[in-house]
Amino acid sequence: MTAWIPEQMVSALPEVFLALSIMALLMIGVFRGDGHTRAIGWFAVAVTVVAGIVVVGTSAGPGEAFGGMFIADAFSRYAKILALAGTALALILSISYIEQEDLARFEYPILILFACLGMMMMISANDLIALYIGLELQSLALYVLAAYRRDSLRSPEAGLKYFVLGALSSGMLLYGASLVYGFAGTTGFEGIAKAVGGSDSSFGVLVGLVFITAGLAFKVSAVPFHMWTPDVYEGSPTSVTAFFAIAPKIAAVALFVRVLVGPFAPIAAQWQQVVVLIAILSMVLGAFAAINQHNIKRLMAYSSIGHVGYMLVGLAAGTQAGVQGVLIYLAIYLAMTAGAFACILCMRVHGRMVNDIDDLAGLAQTRPLLALAMGVFMFSLAGIPPLAGFFGKLYVFLAAVEAGLYGLAVIGVLASVVAAFYYMRIVKLMYFDEPGESFDRLPGREVGFVLAGTGLFTAFFFIVPSPVLSAAATAAKSLFAG
Amino acid sequence: MSGWPILSLTIFVPLVGAGFIFLIRGEDAVVARNARNVALWTSLITLLLALMVWASFDPTTAAFQLEERASWIPAFNINYHLGVDGISVFFVLLSAFLTPLCVLASWTTITVRVKEYMIAFLVLETLMIGMFTALDLVLFYLFFEGVLIPMFLIIGIWGGPRRVYSAFKFFLYTLTGSVLMLIAILAIYHTAGTTDIPVLMKTVFSREMQLWLWLAFFSSFAVKVPMWPLHTWLPDAHVEAPTAGSVILAGVLLKMGGYGFLRFSLPMMPLASDFFTPLIFTLSLIAVIYTSLVALAQEDMKKLIAYSSVAHMGFVTIGIFTFNVQGIEGAIFQMLSHGVVSAALFLCVGVVYDRMHSRMIGSYGGLVHRMPAYAAVFMVFTLASIGLPGTSGFIGEILVLVGIFQVSTWVAAGAALGVILSAAYMLWLYRRVIFGALTKDDLKSILDLDRREIAIFAPLVIAVLWMGIYPSSFLDAITVSAQNLADNYAAALKAAGLAPPQVLVTGVSP
Repeated sequence: MTAWIPEQMVSALPEVFLALSIMALLMIGVFRGDGHTRAIGWFAVAVTVVAGIVVVGTSAGPGEAFGGMFIADAFSRYAKILALAGTALALILSISYIEQEDLARFEYPILILFACLGMMMMISANDLIALYIGLELQSLALYVLAAYRRDSLRSPEAGLKYFVLGALSSGMLLYGASLVYGFAGTTGFEGIAKAVGGSDSSFGVLVGLVFITAGLAFKVSAVPFHMWTPDVYEGSPTSVTAFFAIAPKIAAVALFVRVLVGPFAPIAAQWQQVVVLIAILSMVLGAFAAINQHNIKRLMAYSSIGHVGYMLVGLAAGTQAGVQGVLIYLAIYLAMTAGAFACILCMRVHGRMVNDIDDLAGLAQTRPLLALAMGVFMFSLAGIPPLAGFFGKLYVFLAAVEAGLYGLAVIGVLASVVAAFYYMRIVKLMYFDEPGESFDRLPGREVGFVLAGTGLFTAFFFIVPSPVLSAAATAAKSLFAG
Repeated sequence: MSGWPILSLTIFVPLVGAGFIFLIRGEDAVVARNARNVALWTSLITLLLALMVWASFDPTTAAFQLEERASWIPAFNINYHLGVDGISVFFVLLSAFLTPLCVLASWTTITVRVKEYMIAFLVLETLMIGMFTALDLVLFYLFFEGVLIPMFLIIGIWGGPRRVYSAFKFFLYTLTGSVLMLIAILAIYHTAGTTDIPVLMKTVFSREMQLWLWLAFFSSFAVKVPMWPLHTWLPDAHVEAPTAGSVILAGVLLKMGGYGFLRFSLPMMPLASDFFTPLIFTLSLIAVIYTSLVALAQEDMKKLIAYSSVAHMGFVTIGIFTFNVQGIEGAIFQMLSHGVVSAALFLCVGVVYDRMHSRMIGSYGGLVHRMPAYAAVFMVFTLASIGLPGTSGFIGEILVLVGIFQVSTWVAAGAALGVILSAAYMLWLYRRVIFGALTKDDLKSILDLDRREIAIFAPLVIAVLWMGIYPSSFLDAITVSAQNLADNYAAALKAAGLAPPQVLVTGVSP
């Protein structure tokens, strides 16, 4: 089937397809104008679905492309499916929203697809240069998206903040990469692994590693590089925030995992302490800082910081079980967060978006099904069994316990109790308080479908958890095979 | 019948009923009526199934029975494994027995959001029964923690004026204890490679590990029981919860702690249990005496009964940690008896609260003149709570005291003091509410029990008297499992080179 494609390209077929589709959609947009944004949006969703099918279809063992700078293995396939699913969900959630908020310009879905392409490059990066290119492709699209509501003050501010801090972190990452290159003599991951593991690892590599870790920590918004997150989440249009919270996080965490357990695996003892520290800081800050938030988007920002902390617990273990835990967590986090943002996109009174959590008061009486869905997501984000969020935590903490990181696990679960408080506060508002003004009807039928799908996944994950678990197991194994 | 997965049916029938209620649409009044009826019939069917579990239970063996096993998470060797033994079978029965009574007790008092209320109770029933029958640690934890969600909502939505505070306090206290247990479960899984409870009971952990595991489990169970000084969520939760919520809290949720000690702490961590026995005895004695005194000072009936629960559960924990047959079976029996009696007492308070909307003892007095039937019913449960011979409370207390005397006279003396104090506060409560002159004007038109309330109390009275007069129906099955537990414990201590617990009386049961 793939005989007509150059050998080098087979592994990168999903990316190639995505890139060509983006060009085509861009042309359609340019020639047909903003009036067709809705159609382009649905086309973009279709493109992500087809790209997903291509990813699954090219699952013939690990393959490389572009002279070894690009790798397609089970790990990258798993993460790409998640990133594509996240992108598709964010696109679906955006379609009605951007029309109602007068943001319906055809660039919107195209920028999201560009970001998605960047993510797929990041996930498959097998070289520091490829890593950087993917990261920048993603980030540049995201900066523009953050500032997409150009006639408000908040949104350009968010975009600018994101850009300046993002540029700083990219700088750190590049500096780290150059140091690593200087000491290892190569930018390829296999070469670095050999150089790092071979002789006594030099101090310069360590410094480079620290800079790279800092740059990546910025991208996943882990403490202490999290400062941009609440402001960007709050300022961006809500549909963009939903996208930020889902897809880029998946890609960045996957990249983080690949870099640390790939080329730097031989000096795991060195980076493990750093990851443990930022995991603890993220979990604790995410839990405590969210308590006082009144804006639901800021609250979700701190919540996402906390969840990144839990994912890093799995990474800190540094084992195959740990990576598997991270990957399971990512899948569950994707569903919960997409669902929670679908609920937030329904917070609209008299045609205007509201973002204060007090606006949720009495939702159980005015919109019982929406409140039920939000309640499921909140209990799940808090990690209460039998909902999906519990299983995410279960496997990362299991990995931590197996790696002997008992202190980290105990701090983690205690932070989850603190975090449970603010999730429960939202349940309390919806269920215990008297209703205020009722929300408008659902912004679009597709939002209802996303809500139902993610809600059912989150609520009933426990019945058949095996497909996700075994896919994550295969993915984690591929990272440790070679 | 043998081919049927009867335990799974018992667990999931309520959930199916909840699903039906969820689908009811229409006018509010119609929805409420249908929801009540579906909930009642579902819970009655569940009770029938639980009775069938009891009927097919073989009381001559301590092994797990009616086992069901299905693959659940094969990659992690975690299975859906159910079963009952003499320790758990009656808790299943208790949960199934109390739920229809709760539905009945809420028949007229809950008027808002009836649909959600009934769904919450049926889901709660599923989780409770699931927890008592789970034979896999992860499955157990799933049910154990899942209980928090419906209970949080029940207290928070249908509770009293300070319901939000109480709901949060209940939720956070319990969650904090439980997450530490989760870490212990993960550590057990990591060490033993399985979460199957029967296998783990035969697994020997190192002494140091046992100590840590024991503390982690203790943090969860001590909050649930609750043991002094972690009991402060209980009075708040009880006072603010709706009557039926208090019934389930006192009747079943508190037993989860005691059940946990029996199921996990004793068999899996015997050395640690031995090591920490003085701690348990101290905390329990403080609970028995201190909370009894606190109960004496209460002006709120629900609070008084809540504190009496802490005291009674103190008895239970002492009984469990005597490690002899009498103490353990007494503790189990005391839990069952307390499950029925305290539930009934909360329902008694509910009866007058529905009429007068006050829980204060001072608002009442002389009720016997207007409500003779109520006075009689209340008396039965008051005396059962004190432990009068012929009632269920007596059997539990005497067995526990027999058990304690074999271990320590001093502890036994302290516990006996608790018995006397319980008579003091319960009789005083009864005197102030029921006897005396009927002086308050608004009480002069109060009505006696109606038919619905009689239907609620009749099975409870029968249960209390049955357990008091012919306890063998229950004790036969309990004794075998308690004996097995005590034997295994003694063997484990002996294997570790420690002195096994003193046994003065063997194999005797009253």
